[in-house]
Amino acid sequence: MKRRSRILILTLAFVLMLPQLAGAVNDGTNSVYTYNFDYWGEMMESPDAYRVEETVTSASLGLEVPMNAPQSLYVDGETLYVVDRGNNRILELARKDGRFSLVRIIDRVRGAEPETFNYPNDIAADQDGNLYVADTNNNRVVVMDRDLNYLKSFVKPTDTTFDQSSDFLPNKLVVDSAGRVFINATNVNKGLVKYEADGTFAGFIGANKVTYNLWDYIWKNFLSTKEQRAQQAAFVPTEYKNIYIDRDGFIYATNINFNESELLGDAAHPIRRLNSLGNDILIKNDRYPPIGDLYWTEGLQANDYHGPSKLFDITVLEDDVYAAVDRMRGRVFGYDSQGIMLWAFGTRGSMEGSFNGAVSIEHIGTDLIVLDEFAARIAVFKTTEYGQMIYRANAQYTRGDYEGSAETWKEVQKLNANYPLAYIGIGRALMRQDDFIGAMDNFKKAHSRVNYSKAYRYYRQEWMEQNIWWVAVILLVLVILLISRAVIRKTKWEVSEHDRRKALSRH
Amino acid sequence: MTDVRLSAGTERNEGRAAGFSRYLASLKYALYVITHPFDGFWDLSREKRGSMAAAHTILILFLLTYVLKLMYTNFQFIMVPIQYINIYQRMASLALPFLVLCVANWALTTLFDGKGRFRDIYMGMCYALTPYVLIQLPCILLSHILAYDEAEFYNVLISISEIWCAFLVFVALMEIHDFGPGKTLISIIATVIGAMVILFLVLVFFSLLSDAYAFFASLYREIQFRLN
Repeated sequence: MKRRSRILILTLAFVLMLPQLAGAVNDGTNSVYTYNFDYWGEMMESPDAYRVEETVTSASLGLEVPMNAPQSLYVDGETLYVVDRGNNRILELARKDGRFSLVRIIDRVRGAEPETFNYPNDIAADQDGNLYVADTNNNRVVVMDRDLNYLKSFVKPTDTTFDQSSDFLPNKLVVDSAGRVFINATNVNKGLVKYEADGTFAGFIGANKVTYNLWDYIWKNFLSTKEQRAQQAAFVPTEYKNIYIDRDGFIYATNINFNESELLGDAAHPIRRLNSLGNDILIKNDRYPPIGDLYWTEGLQANDYHGPSKLFDITVLEDDVYAAVDRMRGRVFGYDSQGIMLWAFGTRGSMEGSFNGAVSIEHIGTDLIVLDEFAARIAVFKTTEYGQMIYRANAQYTRGDYEGSAETWKEVQKLNANYPLAYIGIGRALMRQDDFIGAMDNFKKAHSRVNYSKAYRYYRQEWMEQNIWWVAVILLVLVILLISRAVIRKTKWEVSEHDRRKALSRH
Repeated sequence: MTDVRLSAGTERNEGRAAGFSRYLASLKYALYVITHPFDGFWDLSREKRGSMAAAHTILILFLLTYVLKLMYTNFQFIMVPIQYINIYQRMASLALPFLVLCVANWALTTLFDGKGRFRDIYMGMCYALTPYVLIQLPCILLSHILAYDEAEFYNVLISISEIWCAFLVFVALMEIHDFGPGKTLISIIATVIGAMVILFLVLVFFSLLSDAYAFFASLYREIQFRLN
């Protein structure tokens, strides 16, 4: 009997443990193309948000000299500029009937000294259509009008705050609506170099903070010898990788120099939104900051890609949605204005829709244009129905059309049930319709504590109003029970005490 | 014959009943211990007020509370990746360190002139976990009543239970071994180090064991290969 029950218990325990023993393992390999993260940072495969619409190559443009290490894209209306650095020229493409074709090749500036470019890295245009080219090895930013006549140039500031011993190497630039120019220059670590429209130097903004940890500091200052110290890098801030200016005049900057530990603690800020004072005002309301990939070791082979995403460029779309391109794994990450990831797609490789040297990203409307420097190829991505719905839901929400937004999110949900934003969008609409239980259910699925808490408070209040009498009655009964118990005990004690005294007095 | 057997049965039953009521009394004694730790832990084994059965019960309740807390607390307060949780593993990750610490404490306090035997230490440690069960079990219910911005109530209760437990552990060791506070503190630090040494030895032992096994297995295979 006893033995049999023991066997039974052992069998039961084994059966209970069975599902744990045969647990499925997610190896997190990069087998997916489009994905988003769930609450736990797990990659959830999703329908494609973007697909390649067109691939622009030297051949498709009919170039005699093929593109050589193109570095940067710039969109002005329907015109796309490509900085072909290896050939010291700029290609102007126009989009007609959804196809890009070559308009002209810009390789000299009429009336400038020198007229040709030397290692150009970036281009921008102001509101009048004047072109600004970061002509790196000519140490200038040269400005020309639409007809390529020289207007002015921005050169090394003579101000003492600028290190006069080093060369002025403008690398990336943006122009704001007032014609002010912000230049990211190699070897300048005080931030972006700012010029007024008339060409005068106006200081630096948005310096990258110096980062070092305590151990580095101790090692450098107390433990290393003079010779060692001379060989170590100084603690200096680094320049940005790329910059973009949105229509409100905020500069988005990406940064690829940081420690992995800083990234995990949200101290690295690989994406920044700089205001006019140079402070980072990027909104981060998600569990994870916008840093690109959350998994940095994919696969087990030595040639797999290790390390955090290296965001080489960024572009800002409608409603403050921004997309950044990662060189490391050839991926594009889209975030909404709250810093919540909308989608990520892409992979390394030379197939259509994958990149080996993603270096620049731009957009026309919701179309994304990504430049691959090694393949000298431009991929034009168009939204799928799914991607379009995400934009629409976002726009509806921003406009204040919450019900419409919820309807769109429901459509999104039909295509991708693992989309936290959809649950939150639907939950918000339900909450406005006083369906608190439904809202709570949706918020719970999205793991959104704050929203759940809001809905729950309304629900609790409603419940209390409906059941206040029951609660009062139960509380009253409890109080009465407790009091009567105390009274009974006291009486019992008094009776026994009385008896005891009586017995004592009798003796 | 029948009478004798009957009476033996009733005797056993009576013995059982008495044992059970003693068990209940010793379990109830936990409430006295946590409110009067200095007296309570002194009498726990010296006056035989506690029992091993009650200690096991409290330990099991402690592990259950921990698992229930992980699984049923409202997600506003504790968010665990429930899809990856292995409750047996979670329970073992609490129970094994607990036992290792008890063993380490016993091993070291024997050298430090501690008065406690192993069963005294184990019993004391188990009884010291009572506030965890008493406070955190209702906290699971509470978590379904509170909203996220009222999390302070929840957190304060959790903190109280943890601090209370830590205090009880300290007092328990002091009373069980008849140590002063300073010596108790030193013995606790030594216990933690001792537990690490034990873990290290266990790891070394197992890795040596697996090496030895691999050696003999390959030897066997080699011989078999040669013989064929």
